[in-house]
Amino acid sequence: MTQTAYILAVMAIGFAITFALRAVPFAALRPLRESRLVADLALWMPVGILAILTVTTLRSSLEADASRLLPAALATAVTVAVHLVGGRRTLLSVGAGTVTFVLLVNLL
Amino acid sequence: MIADMTNVSIEAVRRSEGELPEGATPRSEIATGIRLSFAAGLGMFPIGIAFGVLVMQTGLPWWTAPGLSIAIFGGSVELLLVGLMAAATPLATIALTILLVNFRHVFYAFSFPLRVVRHPLARFYSVYALIDEAYAVTAASPGTWNRYRLIAMQAAFHSYWVGGGLVGVALASFIPGTIEGLEFALCALFITLTLDACRSRKQVPSLVLAGLSLGVSLVMVPDDALFAAMLGFVALLIARHLLGARRRAGAQR
Repeated sequence: MTQTAYILAVMAIGFAITFALRAVPFAALRPLRESRLVADLALWMPVGILAILTVTTLRSSLEADASRLLPAALATAVTVAVHLVGGRRTLLSVGAGTVTFVLLVNLL
Repeated sequence: MIADMTNVSIEAVRRSEGELPEGATPRSEIATGIRLSFAAGLGMFPIGIAFGVLVMQTGLPWWTAPGLSIAIFGGSVELLLVGLMAAATPLATIALTILLVNFRHVFYAFSFPLRVVRHPLARFYSVYALIDEAYAVTAASPGTWNRYRLIAMQAAFHSYWVGGGLVGVALASFIPGTIEGLEFALCALFITLTLDACRSRKQVPSLVLAGLSLGVSLVMVPDDALFAAMLGFVALLIARHLLGARRRAGAQR
């Protein structure tokens, strides 16, 4: 198998699996539209899934370099504070947190 | 009179789901969708550049970057695949890796507002472009989505990711590295989205269950913590639902 064929095969497999994972649950959920369980899950899931994604992205950033624990903790605090005090303007909060982290990582 | 009022309230419910807000045009909704994409784009674009640079540094042809980003459109697995492809990993292993890393997407159908999109091609695109960031931004403000806003936001994400990769490919030959720490933008985004999703005290039990599931997963299976934590969290929510159903049945008796 040439390198080009190999790369094209990876792309085809990647498309098929990823699209199926994204699409099949919608088809499977259709008969469950009236289900009370699905309604509960739709209501309860987002905050928990987002929290899990938050902690795991923080963790993988720390795994790359453990000395970033203090910068990450401070930048997280800045992000939360700016978001709650600054009227939940996402771009502002993300910008402030990221600038804090970049400065601390490069200056410390 | 009563019948009229019922009609009005049903109409109001129908309007609130996927209809344009008062005074909005498709154009203004597309602009809103693009504006809502900026915060996540701030994280995606630099990571896209890093991805493009990585593709070139591992010696893969340049079109691997836009090719993977168009075929898969999933940042974390694409970054992972570059290393696997450079090592000529067997296709079966690659398929399993993609399945496990992207499996979390099956959970997104529960609350992603796909129902506001009607055209079959637009629905296909919306499902295909259902990335973490798209789910996260929609989950943080439910009930505010219509087809223009949603598709515009997803297409904007897509252009940041593919565009970032192409910029990385172009820059790879003459930059020594990237700005250290810029990837924190993605962490910061998820922090703000969690705060937005957790506005009322009613959300606290879900947060506690997620924390419990993640804590156990980090200790038991640290290498697959993300996947295990999501699975455990969904299991705990199902248990919570069953417990509530039992309590409701008990109260009726």
